[in-house]
Amino acid sequence: MDGMGAALRQDSALRHATGEAGFIDDLPEVPGLLHGALVLSPVAHGRIEALDPAPALALPGVVAVFGPGDAPGRNDISASGAAQEPLFAEHLVEHWGQAMALVVATDRDAALAGAAAITPVIHALPPVLELAEAVAARSLLMPPQVLARGDVVAGMAQAPLTASGSFRCGGQEHFYLEGQIAIATPGEDGDLLVLSSTQHPTEVQHIIARVLGCAQNRITVQCRRMGGAFGGKESNASWVAAAAALAAHATGRPVKLRLTRKADMAATGKRHPFLFRWTAGFDATGRIAALEALLAADGGHSLDMTPGVVFRAITHALNAYDVPALRIEALGCKTNTVSNTAFRGFGGPQGVLLMEEIFRSIAAATGLDVETVRAKNMAGGENGDETPYGQALDGKLIRRVHAEALAASGWVERRAAIAAFNAEHPTLRKGLGSFALAFGISFGVMHMNQAGALVHVYEDGSIRLNHGGTEMGQGLFIKVAQVVASAFGVPVERIRITATSTGEVPNTSPTAASTGSDLNGWAAHLAASAIRERMAGVAAEIWAVEAGEIGFEDGMVRAGGNRQMSFGELAHACIRRRVSLSATGFYKTPDIHWDPVAMRGKPFFYFSYGASVAEVVVDRLTGEHRCLGAWLVQDCGRSLNPAVDRGQIEGAFIQGMGWMTSEELYWDRTGRLRSLGPSTYKIPGSRDVPPVFVTRILEGSPARAETIFRSKAVGEPPLMLATAVWNALCDATGAVSLDLPASPERLLAAIRAGGR
Amino acid sequence: MNLSITLTVNGRERMLALPDPRVTLLDLLRDRLDLTGTKKGCDRGHCGACTILVDGRRTNSCLALAISHDGADILTIEGVAHGDTLDPVQAAFIAHDGFQCGYCTPGQIMSAIGLIREGQAGTDPERVREGMSGNLCRCGAYAGITEAVLEAQRALDAAEQEQAA
Repeated sequence: MDGMGAALRQDSALRHATGEAGFIDDLPEVPGLLHGALVLSPVAHGRIEALDPAPALALPGVVAVFGPGDAPGRNDISASGAAQEPLFAEHLVEHWGQAMALVVATDRDAALAGAAAITPVIHALPPVLELAEAVAARSLLMPPQVLARGDVVAGMAQAPLTASGSFRCGGQEHFYLEGQIAIATPGEDGDLLVLSSTQHPTEVQHIIARVLGCAQNRITVQCRRMGGAFGGKESNASWVAAAAALAAHATGRPVKLRLTRKADMAATGKRHPFLFRWTAGFDATGRIAALEALLAADGGHSLDMTPGVVFRAITHALNAYDVPALRIEALGCKTNTVSNTAFRGFGGPQGVLLMEEIFRSIAAATGLDVETVRAKNMAGGENGDETPYGQALDGKLIRRVHAEALAASGWVERRAAIAAFNAEHPTLRKGLGSFALAFGISFGVMHMNQAGALVHVYEDGSIRLNHGGTEMGQGLFIKVAQVVASAFGVPVERIRITATSTGEVPNTSPTAASTGSDLNGWAAHLAASAIRERMAGVAAEIWAVEAGEIGFEDGMVRAGGNRQMSFGELAHACIRRRVSLSATGFYKTPDIHWDPVAMRGKPFFYFSYGASVAEVVVDRLTGEHRCLGAWLVQDCGRSLNPAVDRGQIEGAFIQGMGWMTSEELYWDRTGRLRSLGPSTYKIPGSRDVPPVFVTRILEGSPARAETIFRSKAVGEPPLMLATAVWNALCDATGAVSLDLPASPERLLAAIRAGGR
Repeated sequence: MNLSITLTVNGRERMLALPDPRVTLLDLLRDRLDLTGTKKGCDRGHCGACTILVDGRRTNSCLALAISHDGADILTIEGVAHGDTLDPVQAAFIAHDGFQCGYCTPGQIMSAIGLIREGQAGTDPERVREGMSGNLCRCGAYAGITEAVLEAQRALDAAEQEQAA
């Protein structure tokens, strides 16, 4: 079967395996192409006094140097166009590694040498580097967001027990294997074609037009595929492409800007580190009555998407649990570090940590088991099932998913086996942890929940598909092609998948927030359905039957028992009868709304549920640890493509585990990032995968919301299932509070501080 | 100084002038020979995206100076398939979804071919994970990669047995 639900390989599978799949840096270089290299700030904070391009221009091969004054339009790369986010630092540098200028030269080495030859003169100012310092000084990028419900003061006063704590989690480098890249090629009369490795071609287009001071219709942005993105190419791709575009516009020559790994890690944003402070009131059964919490996000030096990240963190701070009275304040703080940005989960992974840490404290205070406390506070059942912002959770599904994960792991027997193991081993300690997730699906910014598609059927019955979504390895292109193949009743090979282009489908949203197939799948379905309806009308006319009798399947068009022709024959007949076989489809997510002042509404079309169990082993003498087993259950609704979805679940878990364990960004006291490559920044490798790794797609659970073929989004939610690893590490060490990443050093400190 | 080297690349002998003696095999392959299947991930020898076989051994081509490999026999991802027939390792990577974005894939496949030729793949997944640990996959497709290597080894063993019989 080629339509919905088939476990098809992704569209470029063969070309990836043969090395033929072209990434932007693989394309043949045209004669005259210039290469770019960035001049980055050598200090974290300072007033720019001079930037002399002469030493670069004196080098062979260097053609030009561009700085903040060279933008014919505005030196502003913010999404809104209203924030203080310069393409090249102007007057002030606000983080180490900030882009200050672009050198272009006839070859890559000359460009890099030119950039290295420039020494900006900067009057250094004291930087704010610590998140806690920013919180204390109320150094904020945005107004605080507050989510409140019930009477917290009374709830806290009446609670028999209270506990408080604080903890933090670190950031995360995207480490897409394909670094940021764009090639800008000037065309006729000021046109510019830009190949960009971007999740958001439309924003690349808009920002280039703003920087160049031209109409958006002059700029065409294309992206066939990305070598990974994970949120890191949602806003950061825009400024890289804008720098290339500026140089191409000024020199009249094609310009390629590909960041070196080091420059990429220095100059592009990462996942937001968070600081949490909380107080909870509860009773001896572990039931929480009241909660006060502060979530502080480190936004870095500029706004970028911090409001959205903070929104998702605060709306996911209770996760799948219920607390009757609460007040949560969330801050987007400003520090002199790189501007943090979207990263798979977008504040969700940070937000859902809160309740886990609280459960551990309550368990410690009451003597209850963490799992008992978890069950006691799960949304639904005897507890409320409404989020503090007024949207209902499915308490039954939360319980079902969690119970399935526990059962898959053989929780009870495993617990006993671990206890027996720990009793026998003086140095090694095993631990077990679980996790449950309710993750809201939709963009937090309501107007972004829209998508467009363009479908053409040609006279031979072949089909060309284009939509606003981008392919970064998540399998979006094959999923949407399956939707279209299903609409026309043709094999998926009949669908030609094409590069995302602002010239084909305009004004799109980024491929982000897990919404890619939800939005673009619907848009493509609507476009295909419009054409099919016209084709059915022609077939009905030819055969003198009702259009409702016409069926499309197996590449054939049929009516009744014996009337049939091939899809291609019907396409040909449509052209002869002057019927259009091209259509756009447009979709906007229905039934979502949000009041940002009241912090109430239904911001999510639906929730994606998931649960996990992890088993770890920790060496008490070194703090080293390994995840031995992971059992994941993820709700994908009625999966569009189980092979693709399984890959997303496994990969997201591994990436989440990396964030929580081995991936540590290290800034020195002057604000220089010292973890600038894979030698100093440890992303998970093949040996970090748990030897027992069981992933299950929840069965028999089609989405209740009217999603495309009742499927559910899968890109981000499973990343949070790695939270079970954190819980298992706490279980193994006896740590009640454990900052992330849970590096061996931190685990050793936790063990020495009186854990087991 | 007029430097040149001779390499056999995917079975074809190439005489190459080296205007800059610092050029790496990776840049030589990508920039001079248009063999862009081999990827540049970190350019520091840590990610494995640039893995090729040099005289049958797995090598990070970003760290290998071309000039020190005069006369070497080089196999890249472009030379792995036999016409339209995929190498069993390539076929296994497709069958087991051993990739998502595909950027690390050529390096993974070259590393897997090298591992198998070294006789180090075997049937133990722990051993495969160890042997493939020099190749990073940020999408986290390691489960599929490990299965693919095991499957390719099984397929090659079966083919060998068939030949012997």
